[in-house]
Amino acid sequence: MKKELGIFVLLIVLCIIVSVINPNFLLAINLQNLARQIGAFGIFSIGLGLVIITGGIELSVGSMMALLGVLLSMMLTEGNMGVALAVLACIAIAMALTLGHGLLITRLNMQPFIVTLCGLLFYRGLARFITNDETKGFGTVAGLDFLRSLANGNIFGIPRPFVLLLIIAAITWVVLHRSVYGRYLFATGRNAEAARYAGINTKWIVTFTYVIAGALTAISGVIFAFYTNSVSPANHGNAYELYGIAAAVLGGCSLRGGEGSVVGILIGTALLQVLRNLVNLLGIPSSLDFAVMGAVILIGVMADQIFTERRNRRQIALMRESESH
Amino acid sequence: MEGISKRFPGVVALDNVSLAVGTGEIVALIGENGAGKSTLMKILGGAISRDTGTVKINGQAVEIRSPSEASALGIEFIHQELSVLDNLDVGANIFLRREPTFGGFLKLIDRKRIYRESDEILKRLGVEVSSRTPLGQLSIAQQQLVEIARALSAGARIIIMDEPTSSLTLTETRRLLEIVKDLKAHNVSIIYISHRMHEVEEIADRAVVLRDGKNAGEIQGADITHERMVRMMVGRDLKEFFKAAGNGSATRDGGFEVRRLRTVRYPNHTITFNVGKGEVLGFAGLVGAGRSEVARAIFGVEESLDTEVALNGQTLRIQGPQDAITHGIYLVPEDRRLTGLIVDFNVRENISLPNLDHYSSAKIINFKKEATAAREAVKAINIKTPSPEMRAANLSGGNQQKVVLAKWLTFSPRVLIFDEPTRGIDVGAKSEIYELIRKLASEGVSVIVISSEMEEVLGISDRIAVMHEGRLTGILDRAQFSEEAVMRLATGTEG
Repeated sequence: MKKELGIFVLLIVLCIIVSVINPNFLLAINLQNLARQIGAFGIFSIGLGLVIITGGIELSVGSMMALLGVLLSMMLTEGNMGVALAVLACIAIAMALTLGHGLLITRLNMQPFIVTLCGLLFYRGLARFITNDETKGFGTVAGLDFLRSLANGNIFGIPRPFVLLLIIAAITWVVLHRSVYGRYLFATGRNAEAARYAGINTKWIVTFTYVIAGALTAISGVIFAFYTNSVSPANHGNAYELYGIAAAVLGGCSLRGGEGSVVGILIGTALLQVLRNLVNLLGIPSSLDFAVMGAVILIGVMADQIFTERRNRRQIALMRESESH
Repeated sequence: MEGISKRFPGVVALDNVSLAVGTGEIVALIGENGAGKSTLMKILGGAISRDTGTVKINGQAVEIRSPSEASALGIEFIHQELSVLDNLDVGANIFLRREPTFGGFLKLIDRKRIYRESDEILKRLGVEVSSRTPLGQLSIAQQQLVEIARALSAGARIIIMDEPTSSLTLTETRRLLEIVKDLKAHNVSIIYISHRMHEVEEIADRAVVLRDGKNAGEIQGADITHERMVRMMVGRDLKEFFKAAGNGSATRDGGFEVRRLRTVRYPNHTITFNVGKGEVLGFAGLVGAGRSEVARAIFGVEESLDTEVALNGQTLRIQGPQDAITHGIYLVPEDRRLTGLIVDFNVRENISLPNLDHYSSAKIINFKKEATAAREAVKAINIKTPSPEMRAANLSGGNQQKVVLAKWLTFSPRVLIFDEPTRGIDVGAKSEIYELIRKLASEGVSVIVISSEMEEVLGISDRIAVMHEGRLTGILDRAQFSEEAVMRLATGTEG
């Protein structure tokens, strides 16, 4: 919990600084926009965080969103498919693809980085090929009101993607921090061999996690598609996986696996979006966008590392003391 | 080395220990596992620091803060686990960190010189391999000789050998002992750590015995006999140490049966044996004899070929550890830190891990139930930890081993396999674990104890199965127990 607290303080401090320098930060419209972004980015970031806790990585998120986006558009506009069916198809496709990732990683012992890097390249190429590199929209198809409002609407003034994120986060929190599955996930990420010796089906755990990440990517993908309202196969979702990874790492997930929390990932996502917002509001040249994020992530992770080292040393000291008595 | 002391969290590893080695002398450093031999040598080798005491070389006090400082003083450490790099060739390994260079700041490696000088040293050691051979292609014994070659080429005056023969065959061992004698003739001092008493008898000028982190005595020249050493190492009668000894009276029939087991490593040998209800079957053999492979195959973490396993006459299907666990067959593996525990998990989480469904309803963990069970287990087998919330990594070896045990004891085991249960554990915890093993047996559990420690396997077992290079060479009844009988089967000279 201490980990999340540290980054949470950082988030609050940043918010205060920005709102003092530019009070527009606190305008309802800005906060709403911010929350919408946090919602859309947060959903897939949770999935990515889970994958990172297994000790793996998922790099194909952005490309997969582009592919799902154009497929969704084509299913709705050209295929005349029902809305619900099209959305379910998107989720199913994403789960099937990530099931493939999971199986390649667990059955063939391929490295997650390589498998999903190939995914990143392959899905992007596929999205561009099937669309002839043309941007896809949703035209005048009827019955899309629900999806449009899912991406752009509010409930009691709170953006729907944000509400959806909170629901998904709550479910994931229970699964990760209170359920048997979550404990197995941490065990597998920490020490897959020992987990296996304890009778945990580690291959299944890892594969399942990739599939969950796929489903969450698809949900985010649908939101993004209707948020931007058009999907350009070459650019849509570019580098989104990096936002997810950054959010997870900022939130305390270790790339070595076995460490992380849902709350941390949420705060990490929020922090990243606040940073993007800050660049805008403070009149920092937008070309510095990435540089600011890079610097803040580095400082955040560095501070966390220093605290962890200290905590470990304290625990050992405690151990020594209890023995000398 | 004089008055060396060292504390670790959980144990006093060394308590005022002294050791002297003369030029061209072979000193055997002996003692049971956990007696402090390795710690003392790590201090001399600069791998860890001492708390108190002084180290002198030729009468001069020296500070050894790192392995490279040790090396500069002419001290070279040949570890039990090989520390050569198998992705490089032999010459590169011999000259690692001391590469001759040319080309000024470019620091290009003088490969010609490396190969020439390496070949000379290898020839001196009688190793018939080219220094250009990739190290990975050499046998373990040859790799060990490469380590010795490295020590020599670094100009070693004192060479520490930690169990150098533990993975060598008899002929390879002979060859190594010849080389050690030859080094002595060249005025190199040797500190020789070994559990193989006859090797020590043969080559040592002096034997220094450690027990529980203290000097337990010294034996000179011809007085170095097996018996004297063992008595000094154990410090009491073996019988007393094993008050929890096997008596061979347990039932043999039924219980746990393994039929026609073939491991992937030794597919040409089939292993068949049984362990009665309440019986302790020891598994003896040299390192690499295939005992751990058998254990892993039974537990299902390693694939095996058409193995049949039966419990109380009922044939079981074991395709993975999940199946074994379901049937009450558990393994306490060899390597606690890698496979026995998740060291970053706390004690509670480790104990509940294989049994998590038991502490949860609808897959949601009941933390109270889990914590209560952990507290009870900690108390029941006396795990020394400030709280069940302590990370397992911070516990001492013995207490870590107890956590591994606690994991399985919270269920009711029917078959429990221990692979080197007391490796790296202090004497106190050791006898507690022996008592636990006997207690389990008396409760009707079929117990298998794989151990490379002769005293242990002779003391704890009702029967001893002995393996040699993947083959089950014999099963000894209690009446046939003797160190010689076990060694004969273990070295394959009989059966």
